[in-house]
Amino acid sequence: MSNQKILMGHGAGGKLSHQLIQRIFVRHFSNKSLSVLNDASVIKTSAFTAFTTDSYVIDPIFFPGGDIGKLAVSGTVNDLLVSGAVPKYLSAGFIIEEGFLIDDLVKIVASMADEARKAGVEIITGDTKVVKKGQCDKIFINTAGIGDAIESESKLWKTPKLRAGDKVIVSGCLGDHAMAVLSARSSISFEREVLSDVAPLNKLILPLYTNFPGKISFMRDVTRGGLATVLNEICADSELGIELFENKIPVRCEVEGVCEIFGYDPLYLANEGKVVIIVESETAEAILEQIKSCEFGKKAEIVGEINKRAPGRVIMNSVIGGTRIVDMLAGEMLPRIC
Amino acid sequence: MKYLEEYRDNKLASNLINEIIRISRKPVRFMEVCGGHTMAIRKFGIHKMLPPNIELLSGPGCPVCVTERSFIDKAILLSKKKEVIITTYGDLIRVPGTASSLDQEKSSGADVRIIYSTLEALKIAEENPQKKVVFPGIGFETTTPSTAVAVLNAKVRQLQNFFILSAHKIMPPAMEALIKGGADINGYIGPGHVSTIAGSRIYDKLSVDFNISVVISGFEPLDILQSLLMLVEQQEKGKPSVDIQYKRAVNYKGNLKAQKLVESVFETCNTGWRGIGNVPDSGLKLKDEFSRYNAELQFELEVKEVPEPKGCLCGNILSGKNKPQDCKLFGKICVPENPIGACMVSSEGTCAAYYRYNF
Amino acid sequence: MCLSVPAKIIEINNDMAKASVGGSIIDVGLQLVEDVKLGDYVLVHTGFALEKVNEDEAIKMLEMIKQLTDNPDDVT
Repeated sequence: MSNQKILMGHGAGGKLSHQLIQRIFVRHFSNKSLSVLNDASVIKTSAFTAFTTDSYVIDPIFFPGGDIGKLAVSGTVNDLLVSGAVPKYLSAGFIIEEGFLIDDLVKIVASMADEARKAGVEIITGDTKVVKKGQCDKIFINTAGIGDAIESESKLWKTPKLRAGDKVIVSGCLGDHAMAVLSARSSISFEREVLSDVAPLNKLILPLYTNFPGKISFMRDVTRGGLATVLNEICADSELGIELFENKIPVRCEVEGVCEIFGYDPLYLANEGKVVIIVESETAEAILEQIKSCEFGKKAEIVGEINKRAPGRVIMNSVIGGTRIVDMLAGEMLPRIC
Repeated sequence: MKYLEEYRDNKLASNLINEIIRISRKPVRFMEVCGGHTMAIRKFGIHKMLPPNIELLSGPGCPVCVTERSFIDKAILLSKKKEVIITTYGDLIRVPGTASSLDQEKSSGADVRIIYSTLEALKIAEENPQKKVVFPGIGFETTTPSTAVAVLNAKVRQLQNFFILSAHKIMPPAMEALIKGGADINGYIGPGHVSTIAGSRIYDKLSVDFNISVVISGFEPLDILQSLLMLVEQQEKGKPSVDIQYKRAVNYKGNLKAQKLVESVFETCNTGWRGIGNVPDSGLKLKDEFSRYNAELQFELEVKEVPEPKGCLCGNILSGKNKPQDCKLFGKICVPENPIGACMVSSEGTCAAYYRYNF
Repeated sequence: MCLSVPAKIIEINNDMAKASVGGSIIDVGLQLVEDVKLGDYVLVHTGFALEKVNEDEAIKMLEMIKQLTDNPDDVT
C-alpha cells in the first residue's frame, strides 16, 4: 500500500498525465486500439450499431459486491444488451478529485478491466480530468458503449408494443444493490451478507436471443427507481396495463427486513444486475427456464402480465387478494418513522 | 419474518372477511386514526373487500399531516441559520411550509440531515460542538419517548448544543374533539403502537362518554380484519366498548417505564391540529427544568400564521368530513411529486394513500 | 403513524442491543423496556424497543382466526 495521491498535475497533460495513462489505464485495459494512443480509435462495426452512454456517481465508491468501476462497465454493457445488441467497445472518462488515492484508482481501473473481460468488451478510448478538492466527490466515471445490434431483435430497438396476455419476467431478487450500498453507508448490517447484484449480464441475455429469436417484446435493466418505475414507463401511454402478483415478486428476506424497518418498498429499490423482460405467454415458461439456468437468473420469476384491467397503469394484487396502484417513485426514497 | 408473514395469510384473511359479511347487518362507519392503518388498508386493498354497509374513514393519524404549517416554518427558519444543523426524521423533509420545505432549504445549502433515531442526533451534536443541533420532534405517544430519552441523555452528557422543537401530541383529546366536532362514526380502529406505550385505558372515558367502540388494532392485514370483525360484533350487539385485538403488543396499562420517562421531561399544553384546530391539553412541551433544550425559547422564532392553500380540503379530510376525491386539487394539481396539502406529503397521509392505492 | 417492526434481540450491551429483522441487523435502544433477554422479540420504533412481543397472545390470536373455518355456521 502506498499513499500516493492524484495531483492537479495528473490532469495537466504533461509527464504526470502520461505516466498515469501508461501505468494505469493502458496497462489494465490493454488492447491494441487503446495502446496506439491516438485521439480516436478506429473500429469496424456491423450494419446496425447500438450506441449508449451513462455517467456513474456513487457514495461510497467501494461497496459490498462491487465498486464504481464495476458499475461503470456493467451499467453500459447491460444497456447495450437489453437493447438487442452484442456489446463490443467502451470509452471511459474519469473526473477525479485532487488528493484521490492512486491505489484506489488502480483498484477501480483493475475492476473495470476485469468486468470488461467478462463482458467481452474492449475499453478503447478514454480521458482523465483532475478537479480541485471539493469540486467533485472523489471520482466520477462516464462510459459510452458500442454494440452490434442483432437484426432478429429489432423490436427491442423501438418503442415497445404490448399485447394482452404477454408475461412479465423479473430476473431475480429486487433491491440487493440498494441494500448493499445502504449497509456501506449506515450502521445496518446483515446476518448473511447482502452483496450488490452489479454484473454484466451477457451470459443471461445473449442465450435468449440465440434460443428465442424475436420472441422478446421488451427488455430493460431495472436500475434506479426500481421495478415500479420501469413498468410504469412501459405502459404509460398504452391502452393496456400491467398486473403484478405480490406473492411472486422475488425479494431476499434481509432486504424485506430493512424495508419493514424504514418503510421502504422493494419495488422502488435500485438494482444493477436485474432485467425485466416482456414475452408472449406461449414462450414465457421456456424463457424463464433458460434464465433460471444462468447464475444471474436463479431467482427469476414470472411476476405479472399485460392486460386491459387498468390501461396505462401498473396494479398489484396483494398477498391477501386486494388490489392497488403501483405508481412511479415520487422523489427520493427516504427512511420514515410512520 | 416472524410476527409479520403469518398475519398475511390469504386463506385466513378470506375467513375473516366471510365472517364479517356473515354477521354484519347495520350500516356502520369506522375511523382509523393511525396512518399506518390507512396505509395497510389501502396497500392490501382491504377497503374493497368489505360489504357496502361498512364504511372506513381516515382520521388525523399522520403526525406530519396534523402538524401546523407554522411548525414547519419554524424549522425552516432555524435551518437558514448558519450555526444550525437540523436533524429530522425523513417524514418531515418534504412537507411544504408557507414558502419552502426543509428539502428545498437543504438544496440551497442548509445543513439538514435525515436520521432514524434521536440517538443519531445526539451523536451529531457531540461531533459538532461548534454547531447548534436542532431536532424537530413530531409524533404521538409512540414517538415521544424517543425524544424524552434524547433529552435526558443530552443532560447526562452535558450537551450544550442540542435543542428540541416539539410538536409532539397526544391522541385521545383529538379523538374526542373529532366526535364533538361532528364526525359521524360508530367506532375507532384504535392506534396500535400509541397504545403499546399508553395502554388501552386511555380510551375508557371516550368510549363511555360517546358510546362508541374502540378496538386497538395491529398493522398486518389479519390484524385489521380481525379488528373490523370485533368492531362489527360490538355494533351488532349494541354494546360498544374498548377492546384490544393487538394483544401481542398492547395491554391495559401500557409501558409504564416509557410513560414515566415522558412525564419526567414533558408536560401537556394546548396545541393546534391541522384540520381540527386548537385542542386543549393535546400537545406536549418540555418542562421548565429542560428549557435550555427548548428551541422555542433558545432561538428567535417569530413566524406569521398563514391561511391554508386555497381549495385545499386537508382540514375536512383529516376530520372525516370529506374524502380526498371531494377535493378539486386532489390528483390534479396536488400529487405526490408536488403536494399542496399535508395529506399528500406524507406517504401515509390520507390523500397520498388514496392516490397511490386507489383502484 | 408509528412504523414499528418485531425484531429479535441477538446481542445486548448495557442499554443498547442489536436486533434482527429477517436477517437485517439494526441498533436498538433498550431505554424504554425492562428485562429484555437474548432471543426476545421486541417492537422497534425509531431505533428504540417499545415493548416485548407477547408470544402467547400472538399464538392465541392466530388460533382464534383459524377456528373461524371450523365453525359449522359458516356453511350458510
